[in-house]
Amino acid sequence: MTTTPAADTAVTAAALALGDDALVLSHRLGEWAGHAPVLEEEVALANIALDLLGQARVLLSMAGDEDELAFLREERAFRNLQLVEQPNGDFAHTIARQLYFSVYQHLLHDRLASGDGPFAPLAGKAVKEAAYHRDHAEQWTLRLGDGTDESHARMQAAVDALWRYTGEMFQPVEGIDGVDWPGLESTWRDIVEDVLGRATLTLPEGPRTGAWRAGAGRQGLHTEPFGRMLAEMQHLHRSHPGATW
Amino acid sequence: MATAAARDTAGGPTAYDAPADPGDTAAFQRAFDAAVAADERIEPRDWMPDAYRATLVRQIAQHAHSEIIGMQPEANWITRAPSLRRKAILMAKVQDEAGHGLYLYSAAETLGVSRDELLDKLHAGRQKYSSIFNYPTLTWADVGAIGWLVDGAAITNQVPLCRCSYGPYARAMVRVCKEESFHQRQGYEMLLALSKGTPEQHAMAQDAVDRWWWPSLMMFGPPDDESQHSAQSMAWKIKRHSNDELRQRFVDICVPQAESLGLTLPDPDLRWNEERGHHDFGAIDWSEFWDVLKGNGPCNDQRLSRRRQAHEEGAWVREAAAAHAAKHRNDTTGATRA
Amino acid sequence: MTHTDWPLWEVFVRSRRGLSHTHAGSLHAPDAELALRNARDLYTRRGEGVSIWVVPSSSITASSPDEKDPFFEPAADKPYRHPTFYEIPEGVQHL
Repeated sequence: MTTTPAADTAVTAAALALGDDALVLSHRLGEWAGHAPVLEEEVALANIALDLLGQARVLLSMAGDEDELAFLREERAFRNLQLVEQPNGDFAHTIARQLYFSVYQHLLHDRLASGDGPFAPLAGKAVKEAAYHRDHAEQWTLRLGDGTDESHARMQAAVDALWRYTGEMFQPVEGIDGVDWPGLESTWRDIVEDVLGRATLTLPEGPRTGAWRAGAGRQGLHTEPFGRMLAEMQHLHRSHPGATW
Repeated sequence: MATAAARDTAGGPTAYDAPADPGDTAAFQRAFDAAVAADERIEPRDWMPDAYRATLVRQIAQHAHSEIIGMQPEANWITRAPSLRRKAILMAKVQDEAGHGLYLYSAAETLGVSRDELLDKLHAGRQKYSSIFNYPTLTWADVGAIGWLVDGAAITNQVPLCRCSYGPYARAMVRVCKEESFHQRQGYEMLLALSKGTPEQHAMAQDAVDRWWWPSLMMFGPPDDESQHSAQSMAWKIKRHSNDELRQRFVDICVPQAESLGLTLPDPDLRWNEERGHHDFGAIDWSEFWDVLKGNGPCNDQRLSRRRQAHEEGAWVREAAAAHAAKHRNDTTGATRA
Repeated sequence: MTHTDWPLWEVFVRSRRGLSHTHAGSLHAPDAELALRNARDLYTRRGEGVSIWVVPSSSITASSPDEKDPFFEPAADKPYRHPTFYEIPEGVQHL
């Protein structure tokens, strides 16, 4: 079954895009529970996941019923970036994904918070959370990049592997007005380049729009691991139609 | 030497009174016994009998290990939680368990062992964790049953530990208990929603309670006459109540709670005994308890190998951060005190 | 088994403005910056603090319990340092 959001307005579309980003990344971070490299990091990753889940619930509720949207939509109806659905990989991949996304989310929410659009109240709170997520990702990028030979190699491999999913972040999102997307992109790039430089890592080169299409996630085209993630996430809810939990 | 009463003349209570001669072990023992008898706290740098220290290390380590192994059965459901509200609650709960592990390892470290040593012992199977976590979480309702019964039993055990004679352990337990009450309530609320939900949800809840009830009763440890560490721990005020006493308290608390849930406890012999003022309950299958403890529970291997795997896979991360810190030891960073 | 020797840090939290930092507990971290962040995540996740200090445990010099008598007992017999030592006639206010 496919649930159509209450009103197919531009705001709904934007709420889904931002809400799905937060929901899916939160889910991926939740997969770390019990597996983090050190106990202190269990607590840190869970904090970030909980912040994101909180954002997702506010955003999805702007678009309809949060649980119907999270658990009853098919894969093709999700509007999140392909970046956030990528599997956790090793800790370096998770940190690279966090770095790319949290810098983007911090910049975007900073702009949304300063406007008077429908997302300003949420963005005002989310920008503080994203600032902390960004700091966490930067701290770990520095330590892994400039740590041991092994960690350096793993971190470089991770930023390289995920680079192709970053171009999509700067495709304009339907329903979000007043954002200078090319400006956002160049600021993002400067920040990421600076962090990678301090971490003795190299900014990846090459196409950033993936092998086939930019903006694919926002149009409901996802990568293979995402379907399995949703199957796991949705199966219990879908097994008991109409039940309350 | 000042007595407890004389100490009231000025200031707050001081640490217990160590004898003047550092070589006089008998005098130290007397001073320690007097401090424990007077309900004073023993602090890390105080003299303490070797056996007291060893008992605390064993118990606190086992407790810390239980918190981090205990993350696994519940984390098993984070990715499948059926609503976003439940997902947030469960993530926060599993996170708290990591935090509780951290508080407890820190308390153990005040006794002169490192967290690394304790983790090595856990990974090598030389230190135990609570056997309850060797049972599997087969359905979503198990998460609720763990919250209500397992956390409920843990709280019954842990509240008296807030007054344990060893200061750092008692203080860690104050923090843990404050946070645990949310765990138990969320479990109860979840089971209530299931019990009042569809017939399938109700059956799921009843099945979970049927499977978790007896293992929860075993969490209080063997009967008092078979418990090898109990008497000494009571004398040292590490433990304040006997296993059977706490188990009875737990049963008495659970019976009316189960009624409100609309669920039954799987014990045909469970009934109120007017004369004792307590509920009578059926015989516990202790052979199962000893079997699980020996490593033959449904999940012993799985839990331990998963823990080892996480530790081993994280080694390069911990090494990287240590290497980075060594390279940058002389960088000045951060604000000074403010 | 590899040991990486992340040092131990003591965490002090100011629960709200106007109060001192008090000892909250300890944790392991490779350096001060991560110690501070770990402390934030661990000891203030329920809104328990507005400011945090972290100190390497190895930097703390503690009085020894064996020296307790010379350190603290001399202060125990000077009740005249406490206001309750003094008898003030009934009815005298603002003292």
